Amino acid sequence: MSETSEPRSTPTRLIVTGETKLVLPRHVKLRHDAGRGRWIILAPERVFNPDDTAVEVLKKLDGQRSVNDIALDLSQEYQAPLEVVTDDIVTMLQDLTDKGVLVKA
Amino acid sequence: MNEIAPTHVTETAMPVCARTADGSAAPDPGPDPALCARAPIGMLCELTHRCPLQCPYCSNPVELERVNAELTTAEWQDVMRQAAALGVLQIHLSGGEPTARKDLEEIVKVAADVGLYTNLITAGVTLTRERLAKLVEVGLDHVQLSVQDVDPENADRIAAYKGGMAKKIQVAGWVKEHGLPLTINCPIHRQNIHNVPRMIEFAVEMGAGRVEIAHVQYYAWALVNRASLMPTREAFMVAAKQVEEAREKYKGVIVIDAIVPDYYAKFPKPCMGGWARGIVNVTPSGRVLPCHAAESIKGLPFDNIKDRPLADIWLNGEAFQKYRGTSWMKEPCRSCPRKEIDYGGCRCQAFALTGDATNTDPACSLSPLHAQWQAVAEVESHNPNVPEFIYRRVGGAAKKPETHNAS
Repeated sequence: MSETSEPRSTPTRLIVTGETKLVLPRHVKLRHDAGRGRWIILAPERVFNPDDTAVEVLKKLDGQRSVNDIALDLSQEYQAPLEVVTDDIVTMLQDLTDKGVLVKA
Repeated sequence: MNEIAPTHVTETAMPVCARTADGSAAPDPGPDPALCARAPIGMLCELTHRCPLQCPYCSNPVELERVNAELTTAEWQDVMRQAAALGVLQIHLSGGEPTARKDLEEIVKVAADVGLYTNLITAGVTLTRERLAKLVEVGLDHVQLSVQDVDPENADRIAAYKGGMAKKIQVAGWVKEHGLPLTINCPIHRQNIHNVPRMIEFAVEMGAGRVEIAHVQYYAWALVNRASLMPTREAFMVAAKQVEEAREKYKGVIVIDAIVPDYYAKFPKPCMGGWARGIVNVTPSGRVLPCHAAESIKGLPFDNIKDRPLADIWLNGEAFQKYRGTSWMKEPCRSCPRKEIDYGGCRCQAFALTGDATNTDPACSLSPLHAQWQAVAEVESHNPNVPEFIYRRVGGAAKKPETHNAS
């Protein structure tokens, strides 16, 4: 078994905070489903249906900007309280991270 | 499994292989009245029924299709193009063992080019590093690797294949090397249910992002072998608790999808998320089915992709229309408040056990056969004299055991 890879260390859960920078891994695909007129996320044996807010957040995840940067953008765009926006998207991003849809940049 | 995420994102799992996890609601093919909204989101492609393994719970039909009947490369490529045009989002390349097809790369390439999300469902034992590299290069998105048991000797015995485990560990390593997501699929039954926690640990060690603790579903080969495979209710309850504990322990590390044996479930599963509702299956010879076991329903006519376009078969094919929706239902399904949640359960199981596919699945507590059916599981699972496996091979099921039917 010369080609067996090295044993890996056990991975741990990523906790999403305001400072976290996230990206969609290569194998997770955010795309527009033209036939059904909606955005979808394609992942292993899953299809996720993000709403408009989620799509906007996901499009901003470039691995450069932190969750706080994105929350600030959105709170200005929608004239919504920053704290509310941050809480809302941290919850969503944590859930998607737990499901393997997002990873640390 | 439709599960509402805390905010903004809903999730639909692919009920591949007639399984929907945890008895939750069926997937929604989409809210729009347009063609695509009515289209399947997933397509299961049984590229071949050839397989080096002989697992006695194989989901393939007992009558396996021969190699000379298989669709050509060009025909499979055309299936991919038609599927994308229809609105299919994900394809599951299965078998048999899909890598037994020498043209797998050519099929994956076309599928990826037309935008389908490609999932390879493999036992891994015949895969080479070079072949996997080529598949990744042409656009493969995900690998699902089956593990018969974590105990290598038991795994060899179950699959009737020597040395499978070492090869699977190697394949898992290559998948991760390529940065591809990995699912470990563990079919669970009486003869490996004691290892559920170790299987989950194994999947974590392999770097899998997802593990399926998939209790065997008793159709086809598994029905033939039910008396050798059915776990006791007590063993099932222990395993279910172990899965819950592992979900807590490995939250954010690995997603654990559990598929319960419906003999021990409270309600029938919404098989395939409802007949002809979210998933379409194409057999090696091109027969288009609403589920991979549908051919077990005698007298149901199936179209072939060589004779009729996929979209036409999906929308108008007789087999698809027959049990689509709820209008075919009899009582107690017809007036049941759950009829659009579980769709009366599994048509194939209703047919196999009652002789009429429009009857309620005996998995439902409202079925007149329910108590008798559960008693069969109770008796078989406690039988200390476990029958020998009848292995999955051409002609293998000729030797049928007597414990075949609840009625």
